Amino acid sequence: MPRRYLYIWFRYLATDRLAKIRPELRGKPFLLYAPEHGRMVVRASSQNLLKDGISPGMVVADVRAILPSVEVFPADLAAEEKLLGALAEWSICYAPIVATDSPDGLILDISGCPHLWGGELPYLQSITARFRKGGYDVRAAIADTIGTAWAVARYGRNEMIIESGRQAAALFPLPPAALRLDSSTLQRMEKLGFRQIGQFIDIPRLNLRRRFGEAMLIRLEQALGAIPEPLKPVQPAPVYLERLPCMEPIRTATGIEIAMKRLLETLCERFFNEGKGMRTGIFKGYRIDGETVQVSVGTNRASRNAAHLFKLFELKIPEIEPALGIELFTLEATLVEDVSETQEALWSTANRDQAAISELVDNIAGKVGIQAIHRYLPLEHYWPESSVKEVISLEEQPETEWRTDRPRPIHLLSEPEPIEVMVVLPDYPPMHFRYKSELIRIVRADGPERIEQEWWLKSGPPRDYYRVEDESGARYWLFRLGLYGNRKPQWFLHGYFV
Amino acid sequence: MSELAEKKEIIRQLKEKILSLEGFNTGPDSRLLDFGLGPMNAAFPGGAFPVGAIHEFISPTETCAAAANGFLAGLLSTLMKKGGVCLWISARRKLFAPGLKFFGVEPHRVIFIDVRREKEALWVMEQGLKCNSLAAVVAELRDISFAESRRLQLAVETSKVTGFLHRQGSRMENTLACVSRWKIRPLASKTGELPGVGFPYLEVELVKIRNGRPGIWQFEWKNGGFKVLPDRTKAVVKPPVSQKQRHYA
Repeated sequence: MPRRYLYIWFRYLATDRLAKIRPELRGKPFLLYAPEHGRMVVRASSQNLLKDGISPGMVVADVRAILPSVEVFPADLAAEEKLLGALAEWSICYAPIVATDSPDGLILDISGCPHLWGGELPYLQSITARFRKGGYDVRAAIADTIGTAWAVARYGRNEMIIESGRQAAALFPLPPAALRLDSSTLQRMEKLGFRQIGQFIDIPRLNLRRRFGEAMLIRLEQALGAIPEPLKPVQPAPVYLERLPCMEPIRTATGIEIAMKRLLETLCERFFNEGKGMRTGIFKGYRIDGETVQVSVGTNRASRNAAHLFKLFELKIPEIEPALGIELFTLEATLVEDVSETQEALWSTANRDQAAISELVDNIAGKVGIQAIHRYLPLEHYWPESSVKEVISLEEQPETEWRTDRPRPIHLLSEPEPIEVMVVLPDYPPMHFRYKSELIRIVRADGPERIEQEWWLKSGPPRDYYRVEDESGARYWLFRLGLYGNRKPQWFLHGYFV
Repeated sequence: MSELAEKKEIIRQLKEKILSLEGFNTGPDSRLLDFGLGPMNAAFPGGAFPVGAIHEFISPTETCAAAANGFLAGLLSTLMKKGGVCLWISARRKLFAPGLKFFGVEPHRVIFIDVRREKEALWVMEQGLKCNSLAAVVAELRDISFAESRRLQLAVETSKVTGFLHRQGSRMENTLACVSRWKIRPLASKTGELPGVGFPYLEVELVKIRNGRPGIWQFEWKNGGFKVLPDRTKAVVKPPVSQKQRHYA
């Protein structure tokens, strides 16, 4: 049985997209531009502008001169690409194998599908009607090969369904551009007077190859079906969603717990089979009064342990307000990551501890908030406040060693506190200092350890740090900001040593 | 003679049995952990620092709190020697992570939980103490009631995690269900004739210890371990009740 392909051409994909976002533009002349060699070039123009002779490739300034009323917008190529991908995913409801044809086409392998819609014509009508209803201007064609479907969709005049084996006849009246050739080949054909494919389709291949190269022959053979053409189908992201409808509306916390447990069990079983784990999950309840209530949890690392996930959700159950009752529960894992099993086997005991700790941390994060949890790694900076960096993951290991060559206090004040000091000589440690109206006499001192501001980050005076000990044995970390000179430098208490 | 030895052996076994009934870990692994406390070990029940229990530290001032955290870090370094992670819970944390490295604790193996309210700190500590994958849990608090401390003790009894309650500036020194109560004070460091500040030098007062003997010791943290200074160690505050006096005959 021959394969059948459907090609859908979105004639005004970029402008249709903008008109959908901004409905006030519908029916108005507007265009999208993108910079090209330092000029603003029209990339797409609305349908009514094309009638005025404004087509892609023109310079925006010229268009403004012809039509001052035209509205212009910058083109968003990434968004268009994304939209095409989304349309391809939607089209899977018509055929299992769908591929995108950048920038504005979709290829559907419809072999064995149209009879479900009662034949190819109703199938084609149905799919184009659906797209038109969605606000997209489409032309679609069905043929045995992708090449012919492409050609007919873009250049065909009347017959959009090409019967099996009649590709050559269909291509006959079409221009050479319908063969997906590059512009230099097309220019050469124009020069030779080839206006229709029919004029050269019967010329011996050897002569064609000599004049136009191998690439053109491949395109021609692909359109005729002599050479197969590969397709790269889109892979829709799997949706991890479980549903649990209830016979009677649920109103109690126990009922919600049972629903949650059941959903988690089925979802975790699926995770287990696919080697995945949940990072974020949303639990939704659809109430009978039409409202939805939802709670979400996040985990520190991908988890498929139903008991652990239940513990996280359990903390949020009081937030669910059942009102008159909940008739449908859904559980969706919005962020899913791979869980490596080999790793688990290798580090069996250590990893079990690791898993237990990350479960504990998730649990704590659920109660007091993720912003309360801190873990530090060393950074190669002398400035004490910037000598550590905060990390979120529990697995990240330090790249450098923790430094021990300089004394660092066990307590560091978040903000250095100003103190009054008595100093005998500049660069000497103080004799005594007053902190919070208490006079502290210094008996022993070490220092100074000068730490300069890191000029590439911030400018300012240096700090001279002193480790001092008072009569009772308490040890402090003091510093002087700046040097003795014109202005009197300020002293600060920054920490406590053991 | 052999009869006497036999009796001693029986008494030792009975003592061990009583300790285990009272919730003290007298298994072989508790003796493996040597905290380097030297002669202080005699003050502990069973002659070893009680792990798998909750210890209470009281610091009235900021400088005492720094000293107590240093002593705690020294104990943690032994607890974390075999690997593992420590939880450090605090509502007003001043601890500077790189400062832990001096006491042999890898700062990246400590997870800091900075809670907003003390009630949350207690909840987090209880959760942490229930998780037996942790090496230790430290909580810095102001006040805690007896009932709350009993919950923590119950959590520890099943998981055998060592917990440290560090009370800073607490309004009253109420009785808690902890195995011990400590007070750490900094002492002037000993440098001899040399100028500058010496090694950290602490006075460790064991105010209360269940089934042990309270006392005061002085330690120096030197070369990555505690060093006891025996000559300065004062006598035990309360004379221990000798075996003979317990017979009320």
